[in-house]
Amino acid sequence: MVPLSYYLVLSAILFGCGVAGFLIKRNIITIFLSIELMLNGVNLTFVAFAAQLKSLDGHIFVFFVMVVAAAEAAVGLAIIIAVFRTRETLNVDRVNLLKL
Amino acid sequence: MSIGTFIIVSIVKILLAVFILLTAVAYVVLLERKVVAHMQNRWGPTRVGPFGIWQPLADGLKFIFKEDLTPPYVNKPLYMLAPIIAVTTALTSIAVIPVGPWIKLGSISTPLQITDVNIGLLVILGVTSVGVYGVALAGWSSNSKYSMLGGLRASAQMISYEVALGLSLIGVLIYTGSFSLSDIVNQQTGTWFGFIPKWNIFQGQIVAFFIYIMAAYAETNRIPFDLPEAETELVAGYHTEYSSMKFAMFFMAEYANMVTVACLASVLFLGGWTGPVFGPPLVQSLLPVFWFALRVFIFMFIYIWVRGTLPRFRYDQLMAFGWKFLLPLAIANIVVTALVVAVK
Amino acid sequence: MLALILFFIFAALCVGGAINLLVQKHPINSALSLIVVMGSLALIYLLLGAEFVAAVQVIVYAGAVMVLFVFVIMLLNAGAEERLSQGSKVATILGVPALIIGFGITAALVSHITGLDRIAIGGPTVMNGADVFGNPQAVGHLLFRDYLLPFEVTSILILVAIMGAVVLARREE
Repeated sequence: MVPLSYYLVLSAILFGCGVAGFLIKRNIITIFLSIELMLNGVNLTFVAFAAQLKSLDGHIFVFFVMVVAAAEAAVGLAIIIAVFRTRETLNVDRVNLLKL
Repeated sequence: MSIGTFIIVSIVKILLAVFILLTAVAYVVLLERKVVAHMQNRWGPTRVGPFGIWQPLADGLKFIFKEDLTPPYVNKPLYMLAPIIAVTTALTSIAVIPVGPWIKLGSISTPLQITDVNIGLLVILGVTSVGVYGVALAGWSSNSKYSMLGGLRASAQMISYEVALGLSLIGVLIYTGSFSLSDIVNQQTGTWFGFIPKWNIFQGQIVAFFIYIMAAYAETNRIPFDLPEAETELVAGYHTEYSSMKFAMFFMAEYANMVTVACLASVLFLGGWTGPVFGPPLVQSLLPVFWFALRVFIFMFIYIWVRGTLPRFRYDQLMAFGWKFLLPLAIANIVVTALVVAVK
Repeated sequence: MLALILFFIFAALCVGGAINLLVQKHPINSALSLIVVMGSLALIYLLLGAEFVAAVQVIVYAGAVMVLFVFVIMLLNAGAEERLSQGSKVATILGVPALIIGFGITAALVSHITGLDRIAIGGPTVMNGADVFGNPQAVGHLLFRDYLLPFEVTSILILVAIMGAVVLARREE
């Protein structure tokens, strides 16, 4: 038997890694990956509480989070490709002008 | 059954399954060479043993003794990792496929599959979708334009056709109401009027079966969808830079995937191990396995037959076919199946 | 006991992968470490009796979303990260671990105060299949009865996302 708090601490650590990556990384794809990491950390909390409460609603929430993450990845990567076409770079520091 | 016997029985089953799968892979290669050769008025391998029956052994020895080249400028960790991913995922997905019903050996009774999980079909879909990384990473890490193009094509093609493949299975799932593969087979036992078997393909899933076949050919990168390794334009596609055992691993992965796809087709659409069972008890327990193997063999033969017959698609044709034809057809199949089940 | 050992193995893999994501310079290495995180999370979901979520985690996240990421990295031939803005080195070296540990400690404290750390979940009952309540049938019943409207709304979201992706990624004539 695993105490519930272990799962919560693990998800908090994953979320923290995501936040840190979002702040320190300069490659736009890695920033996106960090966002996915944060979403995963939150999902773990949902599933852990669903197991504790013996209620499936947490699983449904995870399902919705995954749908949103997939939509976000599709649109986000399309934006990245569009940005790369005009700027020839993936570095967010170089993408600092509204108009070329 | 105690936990000790369970572990021993599981290990025996795993070893047996891997051994049979690898042997099947080796002999499917031989079968392909022989059948294609006869289709083209040649003999194929004849030198090693009668009818070239030991040719796979000779091939294996050759692969082991070849020099293992690692080209300069490759991304070494990923270059090593890619064939391992490919072969591991290809061998893993066999774990949930049932080749027969429960059998009794003395006091031990066990299903003829490594594990009967509740979400068997989802496990297969998950494992095969992870298998894309082997191909994609091989193409990227080789640092060569041919590999790169092959890897890009393969990953785009496999993502696209995975959608049609997954949707073609939904009709079967609506009928069965379970992801467990042994449940799906058990639901297909029995006949109508004494001679038409109740296979899913005769229960109105014939369109789904053809969608599945075409998507499966694309997923396993076989002719007519073998653009990722189109030898006339890309040398060998994503495994251009691989040699010796690493190349052999990709080769094994491709054929193991073909076997898995054939097993899945017979489980989902062709009634799995069902068939006439008669004779003494030993024959009775082995006949289902024989019927299953027969279906898989026929499916593999059709694979080879198609390879000997059809030319290769153009890449835009491939994408248009997947998205504009197979996907709408699969969705229409789901709608019709759902309506039929709802009216019943 | 077995559940605890398995949890620690996969939790270590998760944390290792997440930290590797931060350390690596090349985006493809970061993407691969995120795949490791997602795979281990799927196994932790299985420990929690969430079969369906575990399978969907592998199929959707590891098998589709991350393949898309790897595909884009390959397509754009993204190289190692270059740093233009010189942030404070100290802030990075000390701040990142502090942030991660801070999140962990906060979660531990909150769960201690609210008494959540005395509740044990998962374990042998899950592994016998007796406690698996997140099977696809149950999730499907809930999803298509109680959550039907949200489910349909997500399909609109997906449709919008597909059209947006096509419009954005299309080359202008």
